[in-house]
Amino acid sequence: MKTTTADKRENWFNRRGWRDVIIGAPYVWLIAFFLVPFLIVLAMSFATRTPTAPPFSFGGDHPLLNPEGYARLFQDDLYLRAFLTSLMNAGFATLFCLLIGYPMALGLTRIGRGWRNILLMLVILPFWTSFLLRVYAWMGLMGSNSWFNKLLTGAWNGLVPVDWAVRSIPMMNSNFAVVLVTVYTYLPFMILPLYANLEKLDRTLDEAAMDLGSRPSRVFWDITLPQSIPGIIAGGLLVFIPAAGELVIPSLVGDAGRPMIGRVISDEFASARDWPMASSVAVALLVLMVLPMMAYTHYQGRAEGRERAEGRQ
Amino acid sequence: MPLEPELQRGGPGGAAHHSPRPLSQTDPFIRVENVSKSFGTFQAVKDVSLTIEKGEIFALLGGSGCGKTTLLRMLAGFEDPSAGRIFIDGQDMTGVPPWARPVHMMFQSYALFPHMTVERNVGYGLQHEAMTAAERRDRVREMLELVQLAPYAGRKPHQISGGQRQRVALARALARAPKLLLLDEPLAALDKKLREQTQFELMNIQDKTGVTFIVVTHDQDEAMTLSNRIAVMDKGQVRQVGTPTDVYEYPASRFVAGFIGAITFFEGVVESLGDTARIAVPDFAGPQATGTVQARPTAGLKPGQKVTLAIRPEKFSISRHRPEGPNVLAGVVRDLGYFGKDSLYRVALPSGGLVSVHAVNARRAGEAERVADWEDAVWLSFDPSAAILLGE
Ligand SMILES: Nc1ncnc2c1ncn2[C@@H]1O[C@H](COP(=O)(O)OP(=O)(O)OP(=O)(O)O)[C@@H](O)[C@H]1O
Ligand SMILES: [Mg+2]
Repeated sequence: MKTTTADKRENWFNRRGWRDVIIGAPYVWLIAFFLVPFLIVLAMSFATRTPTAPPFSFGGDHPLLNPEGYARLFQDDLYLRAFLTSLMNAGFATLFCLLIGYPMALGLTRIGRGWRNILLMLVILPFWTSFLLRVYAWMGLMGSNSWFNKLLTGAWNGLVPVDWAVRSIPMMNSNFAVVLVTVYTYLPFMILPLYANLEKLDRTLDEAAMDLGSRPSRVFWDITLPQSIPGIIAGGLLVFIPAAGELVIPSLVGDAGRPMIGRVISDEFASARDWPMASSVAVALLVLMVLPMMAYTHYQGRAEGRERAEGRQ
Repeated sequence: MPLEPELQRGGPGGAAHHSPRPLSQTDPFIRVENVSKSFGTFQAVKDVSLTIEKGEIFALLGGSGCGKTTLLRMLAGFEDPSAGRIFIDGQDMTGVPPWARPVHMMFQSYALFPHMTVERNVGYGLQHEAMTAAERRDRVREMLELVQLAPYAGRKPHQISGGQRQRVALARALARAPKLLLLDEPLAALDKKLREQTQFELMNIQDKTGVTFIVVTHDQDEAMTLSNRIAVMDKGQVRQVGTPTDVYEYPASRFVAGFIGAITFFEGVVESLGDTARIAVPDFAGPQATGTVQARPTAGLKPGQKVTLAIRPEKFSISRHRPEGPNVLAGVVRDLGYFGKDSLYRVALPSGGLVSVHAVNARRAGEAERVADWEDAVWLSFDPSAAILLGE
């Protein structure tokens, strides 16, 4: 066979080396920008705080590995409460994102092509304005003199007995405000993976279930929902993990007396200049987030392995 | 919905041999009345009327896109007819949603629920029946045994073969004992051997359960072997309804004749009518033949009328010597396909027209002693009853 230039070019592209480069690139990325920084933080979490620059040292008149930071995580209930507040706010935010996002994602799959693209655009559109701007907008809306607050207050006062009436609803600087703004900010991260999952589902399965006697609501519980669990998990993780570590939203609209964990890390680094402590909290947060994910992946892998084994019997 | 009585019917007659059973002359079980369906400006089904008897296997046969699936989906309730009405067991189905119809469908893609085991798939419809858990389990067992899949009850659909999936789909559709089972190309995904085997299984199951089947297919052999009656569809219309013999031997139109089986058409003019019609066929004229053909007359023909004469390849006899009889024509073998048990010849007539001839190799013959070989002059003959006259 005669080798043409096109063949040669193709051979050049098909060379083993290229494949290795392509496979290797994400690993290099992860090592350079995740693993190495993580190792630095991990090392720092075992350092000792010193009034030097940088404000930590290893060894010297202290033990080489100083676990004091981790010990303080359990001694000072500031950290424990911050973790709990974070998990709770992130949990509620994830739940509401799911409750709002699921019907939206499902609706997107059931609508005509033309509308679907327009609506998908609208889901992504908020990303085009600055995140900070959007949070400030919410601060304006929630403030006690805003039309939004007045509207809600009016509605509330109209509905409840007179002695429950209020002058304005205190929304700002509360966990409610944090959850509200987090839901608003992270909703697309729930909708998009759910949409991708639901869109792939075979609609003839719905018809088959209806044909076998199930009403549409029943079809949803029996057919659609079980098949969308991977999408729910993906969306849930995409919302929950960043929401738990969120710094900006709780700083701007949250309750300063009950900080979330992101705020604690930031304060330890910047105000207290206790880098080892900040690193300990950060490592603990990471472990807290990663462990459930690893458990899930492990369980999933085992379930698949079991199914495959059963299939072979 | 009664479960057991449906299963009992069919009774001891359920032998492997399947021939059209005599059907009752009472009210039709399914009546499709002038049903049309339009998608926008496109008419997928045009004014279709059909009646189907209880216990029948009824085939919808037609080319791709002729509206078979659309008609089936209207019977199942997934599409509303744009016009016309459908009655099932005397009940008007207009506005009845799919989940309330006594009709189950076996989907072309099987549509098994991937997250449920075979057992739960088969039992899915039973959750809507007033049954105890034990009765439900028994019914699922019974269905799995019917399709010989009991050992696979605990598997997921992706862990079984294509043929097994098809049987799960069948068991699931039968579990609630529907009055009517719709099968959309049930065997299309199977290979030839499995398909033949499954055809007989389907017929057996139909015999055992007595459920009325409507089978969509674009495979004419499948329609012929499976069904009691066939509706041949074209461009949204039903062109002919009849038994397999009817549509094969007595096609009502050139379309049906050409769609079912191989056939050769000749143009002719009616010379005279009587006990046998005489048709002048220019293609048949030649130095050794008159060009006049004797055929069994069909109703509605008039002398002088143009007709199409259609003859199936197996109706011809082929020989080297001039045979006796009324319809004899001479030709030259242009092409020859030898298949062992039979041979296919393409014979050129003096007029230039080509005729397909299908002959069983009844005698054992070596290559030298063949009935006819390439470029041999041969004689073709056919019985007057073999010619189909189409006076369109
Ligand atoms: N939802 C729809 N919208 C528009 N046109 C449709 C729709 N469903 C079917 N059609 C059209 O109606 C015609 C008949 O379709 P149908 O699916 O009934 O064909 P079919 O006979 O089942 O063909 P096949 O053998 O290929 O399955 C086709 O031309 C198809 O394009
Ligand atoms: Mg079809």
